[in-house]
Amino acid sequence: MTVAHGRSVPTASRRWFRWRPDQQWEAYLFLVPSLIGFLIFTALPVIASLALSFVHWNLLTPPIFVGVANYVQLLTRDRIFQKVFWNTAYFIVTIVPLQLILGLMMAVALNRPIRGRTVYRLIYFMPVVTTIVAAALIFQWMFNRDFGVVSAMIWKLAEWTGLPITPPDWLNSPTWARPAVVILTLWKNTGFTMVIYLAGLQAIPRELYDAAEVDGANAWQRFRHITVPMVSPTTFFLLVIQMIGAFQLFSEPYVMTRGGPAQATLTIVYYIYQNAFEFGRMGKASAIAWVLFAFIFVFTFIQTRLQRHWVHYEAGE
Amino acid sequence: MRSTLLGRRHPRSGSWVAHLALHGALLAGSVLMLLPFAWMLSTSLKEPREVFAYPPVWIPSRIAWENYVETVSVMPFGRFYLNSAIVAVSITALQILTSSLAAFAFARLRFWGREPLFMLYLATLMIPFQVTMIPNFILIRYLGWYDSYKALILPPAFSAFSTFLLRQYMRTIPMDLDEAARIDGASSWRIWGQVIMPLSGPAIAALSIFVFLGAWNDFLWPLVITASLDMRTLPVGLSAFQGQYNVQWHLLMAGSVIALIPVLVVYIVAQRWFVEGITLSGMGGR
Repeated sequence: MTVAHGRSVPTASRRWFRWRPDQQWEAYLFLVPSLIGFLIFTALPVIASLALSFVHWNLLTPPIFVGVANYVQLLTRDRIFQKVFWNTAYFIVTIVPLQLILGLMMAVALNRPIRGRTVYRLIYFMPVVTTIVAAALIFQWMFNRDFGVVSAMIWKLAEWTGLPITPPDWLNSPTWARPAVVILTLWKNTGFTMVIYLAGLQAIPRELYDAAEVDGANAWQRFRHITVPMVSPTTFFLLVIQMIGAFQLFSEPYVMTRGGPAQATLTIVYYIYQNAFEFGRMGKASAIAWVLFAFIFVFTFIQTRLQRHWVHYEAGE
Repeated sequence: MRSTLLGRRHPRSGSWVAHLALHGALLAGSVLMLLPFAWMLSTSLKEPREVFAYPPVWIPSRIAWENYVETVSVMPFGRFYLNSAIVAVSITALQILTSSLAAFAFARLRFWGREPLFMLYLATLMIPFQVTMIPNFILIRYLGWYDSYKALILPPAFSAFSTFLLRQYMRTIPMDLDEAARIDGASSWRIWGQVIMPLSGPAIAALSIFVFLGAWNDFLWPLVITASLDMRTLPVGLSAFQGQYNVQWHLLMAGSVIALIPVLVVYIVAQRWFVEGITLSGMGGR
């Protein structure tokens, strides 16, 4: 983001000297296509959505103004919303740290000068570009208890080790459906984390490692005291966007488990979808969307406040 | 950086053991990453009786190519492809066009209200899509565009994020170029088209890849805004296919292969630009 400020700032007198009235109108012409779309499909819908959250409306009968009833009902009496909230929290606290740790491990390994690292990178990033619906379908099939390949592997493991392990009925068990969704998400997205971390790692000056090595620091110490602090801006960036992403989890549980069993994988966005397009509760769905926005906003704000305690920016930046 | 890494003279202590362990771990990781693809491909080529065999069969005893014929005959996958292609190409083209025009104004022209307007664009970046989705759905229905290309293409054709990204890039181009062109009598339109756009090539290429891929893989909006089989994009079509053929795993997996092959081919061919694009688009977090 530093590049944005790279060009010299014109002084006030130069700015006014260059002011041209014709540029004014031209500028608006350049903006018009984007601005029209922005107003119609973003700005007005934001306002409309807020207004909608204060009504009951099923699109068939006229909307009824209900004040903050949607919010009150949602936050105090809606048992499903409470469930949905904790499900989403479960996904965030599992997916985000695991993705960061695995992604960093992959990136550190692939930042070394080893044979075939281009091929490894190619393979690890492959799931990122795949269509989520197809990926979720494949995992649904892999997690089939009787014929899925995951269960078969667990049986094999039990056979080899002699341990009394039996594979769970992944997608039909409220306890195991969530880990299945987590595994799919990790498989799908960790390659992205890896690539971002690789970019971060490349920016660390080589001399830091050489100096540490001369001082007798071992590999773990170098990782702990150079790599981790030096990539902390990348970690911060990933933490923020992955948490926003995890808050918005929808396709994975929709395709793999349809939110079930017993609503164990129903997420906030899934609940918005259900209310709006299955139950026809446009007002309530809008209220949930705003509650989601509030969560995202608050958590992002907290993270930006906390970053000064652990994010290390190079001197002069 | 790479040359210094490769050119290291002093090998690390115990290097070959560590090296072997590293390769072992990376290979295991690769197997885990490729396993789902292999299982999908394998199932898609099995006869129904082998699909439910235990222990699972990895190599079908007979390659059942007819699964693919059956898959495309029970579901209009050709149509899904066409829809996805039309939608993704249109969204990419429109988004790049509208965003680059606006970015040019924000980055290189002066006008009344520029900063507040730009701040407004930025502010909406924080608002999740789900907030605007419902009013957009209602608006599209009101306009009579439900279940049409217009509904699939127009709402995602304008992006504050793309505008922001291109503006950031365009600001790094020296202002002297515009002034020189103006002195030579070029209009703002020519400066946009013949000076700034060509110089923004790398950013536009990177952004195009991500917009295209995002549009191609998008699920939620096409799911809510289409109803007929004829208007389904590939992901939504595949999901509808799942609903109807839930136990026909060989067909479902054939459908998944059909959906994934083009994306994977594009990725393998253009993979260099993916990584470059991520770095260029400022997603590196630096």
